[in-house]
Amino acid sequence: MEGVAFSHGSHAILDNMRLSFDGVARTVILGANGAGKSVTMRLLHGLLKPNVGRITWGGKDTPPTRQAMVFQKPVMLRTSALRNVAYGLKLAGVPKAERLARARAAMARVGLAHLEKRAARVLSGGEQQRLALARAWSLEPRVLFLDEPTASLDPSAAREIENIIAEIADAGTKIVMTTHSLGQAQRLAEEIIFLHLGRVVEQTPAAEFFRQPRSAEAAAFIRGELPWV
Amino acid sequence: MESLTQSLSMALSLLVGMDAPLLEVIWLSLTVSFAAVLFASLIGFPLGALVAVGDFPGRRLATVALNALVGLPAVVVGLLAYLMLSRSGPLGSLGLLFTPTAMVIAQTILITPLVAALARQVIEDAWREYREQLISLGATRPRASLTLLWDTRFSLATVVLVGFGRAVAEVGTVMIVGGNIAGVTRTMTTTIALETSKGDLPLALALGMVLVGVVFLMNGMAYLMREWSMRRYG
Repeated sequence: MEGVAFSHGSHAILDNMRLSFDGVARTVILGANGAGKSVTMRLLHGLLKPNVGRITWGGKDTPPTRQAMVFQKPVMLRTSALRNVAYGLKLAGVPKAERLARARAAMARVGLAHLEKRAARVLSGGEQQRLALARAWSLEPRVLFLDEPTASLDPSAAREIENIIAEIADAGTKIVMTTHSLGQAQRLAEEIIFLHLGRVVEQTPAAEFFRQPRSAEAAAFIRGELPWV
Repeated sequence: MESLTQSLSMALSLLVGMDAPLLEVIWLSLTVSFAAVLFASLIGFPLGALVAVGDFPGRRLATVALNALVGLPAVVVGLLAYLMLSRSGPLGSLGLLFTPTAMVIAQTILITPLVAALARQVIEDAWREYREQLISLGATRPRASLTLLWDTRFSLATVVLVGFGRAVAEVGTVMIVGGNIAGVTRTMTTTIALETSKGDLPLALALGMVLVGVVFLMNGMAYLMREWSMRRYG
């Protein structure tokens, strides 16, 4: 898998951050609000550019084109659910003849095949997020970033999203996600990256992290204490 | 009071009668304003999208300029168009002054800033919401602009109706470049102005009612379309 290292100094959101991802299929980034989780993911995905430092992918500066991101609030266009998925494929340069078939297949995989003709924006929050996952999955990304994908969903919708994320990982896509739910992190993560005030405090296998975190900040975070406030 | 009720009843009978000259005036008003809003949209939508999504120096200035030009007085636009189109002006050789074409040109100049400024607002709001997702999917700015123009189509249709409403109701530009020539360049608004000063209140009132009716109809349609699109597409 690709290695990533960067530092980002001027705005002091992230400070001299070093991270590398390798081998592990499901990484969850934890940390309090303002720890820099979202910024880290946007840097990795290429939505933001680091002021200092560099991000490399397998030794090269160019990120793989096959990566996708799912946001906390799904953004859907005013057209049918199916066409929203097909739109992503269109931008990815997939030939017209293949688009609809691939979009349908992706919708079926997230259990939305029956809603393909419905307008995307009138679907429920959970359905829209599943649709966003279908749109991302249809691109067959090597890496999928998810920024608090279940933060605005009820518990059962959140569990459905978790199941789909696990399936995407099993199908061979590297998952990098943030969450505020420790339960969700425990269910999904193989590896935890814990951020605190814009720094990586630890990067630990998930089982070990929840049993015995290496840092005091992470231990306090798990106990629900906020020593930095 | 006596004369007002008298004028009103005469106005109503004029409307019921709908004679040919009256219809002609209404028809010219509607077609000139429709053509103007069509051209204004063809210019204003891409311009609005460019200022909303574009990444160039002077973008803020362009936004302020667009918003400021919305308030351009119609008579001033009329005067400028008159100077351009008059015999000694740069476009004088075309011989367009005092023709419906001149009125369309002047109204296009008048409402293009309005259409562009409203379109910019609509598209910029959508861009704020979609930006990260569209960039994440690999959209370039031109591609994103097209997507946003399509996605905001119902709001933009409302913008068209607002532009039409402003064009059909204004009197300054069409009076100056049209000249209010009976049977040629006489619109509802210029006829109202003329007939009122002549003292023919029934005709002025009748046209006034039609004009208000048109404006209400436009706003009603805009409202209904918003409702429908919200229910259909969210």
